[in-house]
Amino acid sequence: MRKLAFTTAGLLAAPYMASAAEETEAVKEAVINDPSEGWEILWHHVLIDLTAIGILFALIVAFFMLSYRRKSENEEGSSPKLTLGGSLAWTLVPVFVFLADDFYLAANGWKLWNDQRRVPDNAMEVKLTAMMYNWEFQYDNGTLSDPDADGRPVLVVPQGKPVVARMHSEDVVHSFFLPSYHIKEDVMPGRITYLWFYPKNLGETVLTCTEYCGVGHSSMYGKVKVVPAAKFEEMMLAKTGAAPAAAEAAPAEAAGAEGAAPAEGAAPAEGTSAAPAPGAGK
Amino acid sequence: MKEWLFTTDHKRIGVLYLVGSIAAFAVAGIMALLIRIELFTLGPTLTDDATNYNVWLYFHGAAMILAFLIPGLTGFLANYLVPIMIGAHDVAFPRINAFSVWLFWFAIVLALLTFVIPDPPDVMWTGYPPYSVQTSGNTAFYVFTVHLLGFSSILGAVNFLCTVIYMRAPGMGWNQLNFFVWTTVGAFVIQLIFIPVLAAAVTLVLFDKYFGTAFFSPANGGDVLLYQNLFWFYSHPAVYVILLPAVGTLMDIISTHARNPVFNYKTGVYGGIWGTVVLGSDVWVHHLYTSGMVDWLRIGMMVTTLIISVPVGLMVISLVGTLYRGSIKYTTPMLYACSCLFLILIGGLTGIPLAMTSVTLHLAETYFVMAHFHYIMGIMATFAVFAGVYNWFPKFTGRMYNESLGKLGFLFNFIGVNVTFWPLFGIGIEGMPRRYFDYAMMPQFEGTHQISTIGAVLIAVGMAITILNWVIGAIAGPKASDNPWGSKSMEWTHTTTPPGPGNFPTPPTVSEDWSPYNYGGHTAKTI
Repeated sequence: MRKLAFTTAGLLAAPYMASAAEETEAVKEAVINDPSEGWEILWHHVLIDLTAIGILFALIVAFFMLSYRRKSENEEGSSPKLTLGGSLAWTLVPVFVFLADDFYLAANGWKLWNDQRRVPDNAMEVKLTAMMYNWEFQYDNGTLSDPDADGRPVLVVPQGKPVVARMHSEDVVHSFFLPSYHIKEDVMPGRITYLWFYPKNLGETVLTCTEYCGVGHSSMYGKVKVVPAAKFEEMMLAKTGAAPAAAEAAPAEAAGAEGAAPAEGAAPAEGTSAAPAPGAGK
Repeated sequence: MKEWLFTTDHKRIGVLYLVGSIAAFAVAGIMALLIRIELFTLGPTLTDDATNYNVWLYFHGAAMILAFLIPGLTGFLANYLVPIMIGAHDVAFPRINAFSVWLFWFAIVLALLTFVIPDPPDVMWTGYPPYSVQTSGNTAFYVFTVHLLGFSSILGAVNFLCTVIYMRAPGMGWNQLNFFVWTTVGAFVIQLIFIPVLAAAVTLVLFDKYFGTAFFSPANGGDVLLYQNLFWFYSHPAVYVILLPAVGTLMDIISTHARNPVFNYKTGVYGGIWGTVVLGSDVWVHHLYTSGMVDWLRIGMMVTTLIISVPVGLMVISLVGTLYRGSIKYTTPMLYACSCLFLILIGGLTGIPLAMTSVTLHLAETYFVMAHFHYIMGIMATFAVFAGVYNWFPKFTGRMYNESLGKLGFLFNFIGVNVTFWPLFGIGIEGMPRRYFDYAMMPQFEGTHQISTIGAVLIAVGMAITILNWVIGAIAGPKASDNPWGSKSMEWTHTTTPPGPGNFPTPPTVSEDWSPYNYGGHTAKTI
């Protein structure tokens, strides 16, 4: 019954939360709901839910298995005869309990989903190109992110600014996975997909490919490097200032290579998953 | 030899399915062992070439699902048991039945050719384009294997649906069928409806790769996601093609060895089985949560996926309820069956976070998913097949297996699977991706991979003991009595062990009160 109440509350609350979020979007601009934190909280709740159900169920099964062992060779079971009412009760009550838990989880999952897909207005955009077997990141000033000493891709981002990656692939399906930010999205030719994350803490974390893409699949990894905002500015200035010729050449080259990179390109998707505007996620 | 080659007897065809699927299982199991050994250390262990590893992965996945689990459950167990359980002398179309088993055998041979052809397929069992189109691997072998197995399954589906509908013993009503028969019907309905979609999907890949069409090539107006939708439109229901007969097998075994009728039979059948069949076709997008699908569809299918817990939960309640006030004897098949309750629990519960789109944005394509589906589909269904082989072993062979060897094998298997897969949940949550030849960016997981590999070795020992037990038992086991378990089901009560040609000495008829679960004074009316 408590679950039922939870569910009803969850069901009623979910649309309310969604619409409330829309109404106050302008106000909320300063406050960013970090989906990564939301993920950890929700995961924690789900884990408690599962463990509780799991232990209860396991104890019941173990109890049955131990207490109803055969005593004599010809003994038969003595399960009670179910009346119609009993049968219905054993159907409807579990159905409602399961549905209650399902809708409770669905409502919470949906709420987090809104945070995950709704890109904050002030997000910094990075254009991501995946290829066998590498990642390429292009900032909105046209410069590319430099690989590290080993030649592995590094996405350098400023601390405290949401980052949205607009992604497409040059060859096969890849998937851009940031384990530390609890997010991934596939990257494919012919469609532009996106994900966003909120780099709050300085340091380096792993980025990697999670859609099987061939012989080099497991070596398609790199780093997300979060640097202080001031240092990022400096780095950008150095990139554009020190090598103006390269900076001019880069966008042209990149656009040429990608072909379909901008939204007006020949092949971008019809799907709303390619939603170009921030805040279009649902 | 000749009477086996040209047989149209459903019992022999069933055994042919068993031999083929166990062969596939053995080779795919060896692949699993190679995979685990490769991951034992950071960097190359067995091979320097990731392509070798990818071919093992491809074969392991494709063979386990398409050539072992599905044919093992719907080919072997259904073929042998369904006609006897419903009191029929054979299936409706015996020659078509023979044709379908030979299609299956050709598919096995085609699949095994993977190891001798120059550029074996390395497309994983999912075969996603554009990779499957661009690879130098021979995708055609994958496609034709799927085709042959698909044809085989469709023929089987038509055959068995006709058999159950038209050839039940006189007097046998729908509520007097074994739970296993019902799950088989559900599985074959799914096969009949959805296999053509898979066949279409892989055929289009074939066209794209070899005939230059562009169904999945965006540069020429195709769409990458189309394939994934078509593929999972079949391949998610295929999970229920495996789950349903597995649950049916467990239900009949638990009922037999607890000597109790199936708890809340009608709800289990009409709510559980048919609920799964109907809902199971509306959840495929949960395989595409991170594939760039439209957002509203991902949320919609999150709800349907969560609701799948309702029919599956009803079946689980029937399974557990059957133990209540039972008279349980722990023979080897019952040990496997009861251990499956815990495997379903772990596999089912870890499916719940995966049903939630937002949680799956992190978990998708990690070892968490891998461990989840190995628990629920890989291990649970394999254990169900093993439980089935043990339970009906006297029926198939007329002899008994060795009980202590059986239990020893079970112990190795059960401990082995948990040592192998339980730790993988942990590194999955921390982000270890699937299908990785090497994990240089996450070296901290090496220890866990090593524990997992040790578990795989335990499983290998358990499997060897199990299969050895079957071979020895079939050749030299002591003669079995007609009804060694004291079952009330028709395959034990109405015929000899093993059944002769035509299955029954006299064609059976049943009364209104008869049920395969007439234990403890229950009749068909009271269960």
